[in-house]
Amino acid sequence: MKAFAALYRELDAATAIKRKQKALVEYLRAAMDDPARHASAAWAVYFLAGGKPRQLAPTKLLRRLALEEARLPEWLFEECYSTVGDLAETLALLLPIVDETEEATLDQWMRERLLPLRAAPEEAKYKSLCGWAHKLPQSQRLVFFKMITGELRVGVSRLQVAQALALAAGVDAKRMAQRMMGYTQAGRVPTATDFAALTAPASADEDEALKEGQPYPFYLAHPFQQPVEKMAEALGAVGDWIVEWKFDGIRAQYVQRGGQFQLWSRGEELVTDSYPELAELQRWLPEGVALDGELVVLRDDDYAAPQDLSGLQPFALLQQRLGRKVVSAKILRDLPVVFIAYDLLEQDGRDLREAPQEERRGALEALVVDATLRARDFGVTLPLRLSPLLTAPDWPSLYAKREEARALGVEGMILKARAGAYGVGRRKGSDRENVWWKWKLDPMSVDAVLIYAQRGHGRRSGVYSDYTFAVWSDPPEAPARALVPFAKAYSGLTDEEMRAVDAIIRKTTVETFGPVRSVTPTLVFELGFEGIAESKRHKSGVAVRFPRMLRWRIDKPVAEADTLQALRELLPAPHA
Amino acid sequence: MDLIKATPQGLYCSAGDFHIDPWRPVSRAVITHGHSDHARWGSAAYLCQRDCAPILRKRLGDVSIQALDYGERLDVNGVSVSLHPAGHVLGSAQIRVEYRGEVWAASGDYKLERDGVSAPFEPVRCNAFISESTFGLPVYRWRPQADIMEDVNQWWRRNAAEGRASALFAYGLGKAQRLLANVDASIGPIYCHGAIEPINDIYRAQGVALPATRLVAEAVGKNAFAGALVFAPPSAAASPWMRRFGEYSDAFASGWMQIRGNRRRRGFDQGFAISDHADWPGLLEAIHATGAERVFVTHGSVGALTRYLSESGLDAREMRTEYGEEEAESGAQEPEAP
Ligand SMILES: [Zn+2]
Ligand SMILES: [Zn+2]
Repeated sequence: MKAFAALYRELDAATAIKRKQKALVEYLRAAMDDPARHASAAWAVYFLAGGKPRQLAPTKLLRRLALEEARLPEWLFEECYSTVGDLAETLALLLPIVDETEEATLDQWMRERLLPLRAAPEEAKYKSLCGWAHKLPQSQRLVFFKMITGELRVGVSRLQVAQALALAAGVDAKRMAQRMMGYTQAGRVPTATDFAALTAPASADEDEALKEGQPYPFYLAHPFQQPVEKMAEALGAVGDWIVEWKFDGIRAQYVQRGGQFQLWSRGEELVTDSYPELAELQRWLPEGVALDGELVVLRDDDYAAPQDLSGLQPFALLQQRLGRKVVSAKILRDLPVVFIAYDLLEQDGRDLREAPQEERRGALEALVVDATLRARDFGVTLPLRLSPLLTAPDWPSLYAKREEARALGVEGMILKARAGAYGVGRRKGSDRENVWWKWKLDPMSVDAVLIYAQRGHGRRSGVYSDYTFAVWSDPPEAPARALVPFAKAYSGLTDEEMRAVDAIIRKTTVETFGPVRSVTPTLVFELGFEGIAESKRHKSGVAVRFPRMLRWRIDKPVAEADTLQALRELLPAPHA
Repeated sequence: MDLIKATPQGLYCSAGDFHIDPWRPVSRAVITHGHSDHARWGSAAYLCQRDCAPILRKRLGDVSIQALDYGERLDVNGVSVSLHPAGHVLGSAQIRVEYRGEVWAASGDYKLERDGVSAPFEPVRCNAFISESTFGLPVYRWRPQADIMEDVNQWWRRNAAEGRASALFAYGLGKAQRLLANVDASIGPIYCHGAIEPINDIYRAQGVALPATRLVAEAVGKNAFAGALVFAPPSAAASPWMRRFGEYSDAFASGWMQIRGNRRRRGFDQGFAISDHADWPGLLEAIHATGAERVFVTHGSVGALTRYLSESGLDAREMRTEYGEEEAESGAQEPEAP
């Protein structure tokens, strides 16, 4: 635990990626050399790669620990928490300093203490936490409480962890990405054997063992941000590209091998059980396939062909399917999910990823059409679609076509080089041949007024950085018009702007409610978002997706901010 | 009647007709210490501690300054005024005011830990105590200076070993000299920004032992800064001025660095949580040591400290001042003005 706490501090302090990488590799190499450290290193990798054990102790116990052990009144604890912005850190700072401490390894902490904690009755949990807190060296407190709150992110991505592991173990980064698949899956308890396997030298029969049930690392698309006039120069002829819609769903991989099938989401989570309707696919698809695609809600009352996507529903409906443990018959009826396939990664048990995109697409079409037709002969409509191909004679025409995306409820387009292979992770944009480009619609935007501000957490702790925005209920001439809140946003400002806004918020505060302040409306921002839908739960009647501040409209008086009417005009036309 | 009151000009003692750390020009200003939010320009006459006088002169130019030793009493219109060590920076003082048996003390800024540079804090017994509250929340609890200095030395040593410069941002009056006096000067050469070196000279002239330093502007040779420790004010961070150091690691020495979010937001490699202000336990200890039955809380976490003291049975009130309040509350502004 000492070594892990030191690594955490090091990663937390380093601003340069190079230095983070160095610290990671050093830690991993030291752990590889000492089998006694393998189990702890397995946990370290798990946490740094984003693994989260199911809640070990409820936060209310942690709060109680702070109140009772630091002997603070509740209001003062809340004040501290809102200043620090992170519960684990607040606890680390507030608990009394102790003289006598005890060392335990990260593995001991997790397996012998923290994991069993979950099953213990509440009082026993509290007693254990208390006892541990009293023996924990000061320097390990933060990491300890972060393990409990599950917020151990420290500015290294999963990809960086994989790269460091690859470097330390001396194996190919692609292979490491494969080895790490499923490593951070919920409920997993990493062991010394796992770490040894992760860092083992490459072996011949590894490929076979790895394959069973495992998805391939997802290939991620890069944003394409050049103007349409530059596209020919940057990308060549439009005919060299396969163009598809960019769906607003959940990226997923359907893997069928050895008489089993698995559905993996991009977070490497096994989500098979959340979408039981897809079980039907197994009857009609051949053995040894892996499909890459998107999960969406689609109501297909008059289904015509595999490429027919009428009945596609907005993401807001899919959201209601997320994270459900039990999927009722009503849900299956009201929110039916289909898999839109857009790539074929494996066929007849053969890895197709190095084959050209065009070839994979051809095989995919044949596969999907065949399964669909066979099923139809038996009166079965498969929850499977083929991502339609979009064509245009030139880039400007394609650009014009992209505008249809909004009405269809998709985010834009994806461009895939016909000759390109299926890569790993997110490639650098310079590798033009193999890149998948996501070419999104310009976000919708309105000019909105800041009416509430809340102190931020994490990197923005202590600063009023999370804002609630409103638009006018009626046009300027209406005598009783009011500001109606409709979105919360915290990103999009530079640190400098944020400080300036923070100062204005403090000067224009009307009321303070805990970490929130209401302000006299003086600040107007151009607020961008990527989707908008009707919502009964919001006062404004609309909900927006991914709102962010595009620009601080210093030039715009509050009275000239947009109205609810302007916002509603952005709603997609209702589907027929 | 209150011996000292907050007025639009500053803290005012009407019995003696003088102000303490006024933020507008007045006829007679008693100054706790040389930081710019406490020692402001424009008053007709200044009174301060002897070691503070040269700092004041540097800051305010040719003004009328009367200097007192710690503990020395001065009669001002029938009010007895004396200055007592506040442990904040060189020459920093708490102002003790006595009139007809009633004693008030205004703390200015203070800290309890001995820093080896400024005269150690001495509690002043009084009926009413006016206390700062810059770090008036329990999350602010400083580690011992020796431990932090060990961290600083380690950071510098490692950078030096890897051929990098170490840029240490610190408030130019007080913090920089405190760090200088306590750092392991054998690790490598030490350079100072032009805003800091003149203050070093004042400290040296008052008998404070500081290691040899050089002006950044006077560095010779391409690799002058490799392995060196460079002191600079926080405002120099990420400015073009920093380019000359080539590859460097940067760090900020400030109490605000206690909070991880503050450090991450500013993007420093390291944050050393070392402050010239009292931490939470220090504030409580100092307030209790005065024996005061009334406490007035100024700049910082005014609300929290006042409420906490009230709930523990003291007659505590908020006192509005114009000493660096925004910074103190959020830590988001330039945290260099204490
Ligand atoms: Zn101050
Ligand atoms: Zn000060």
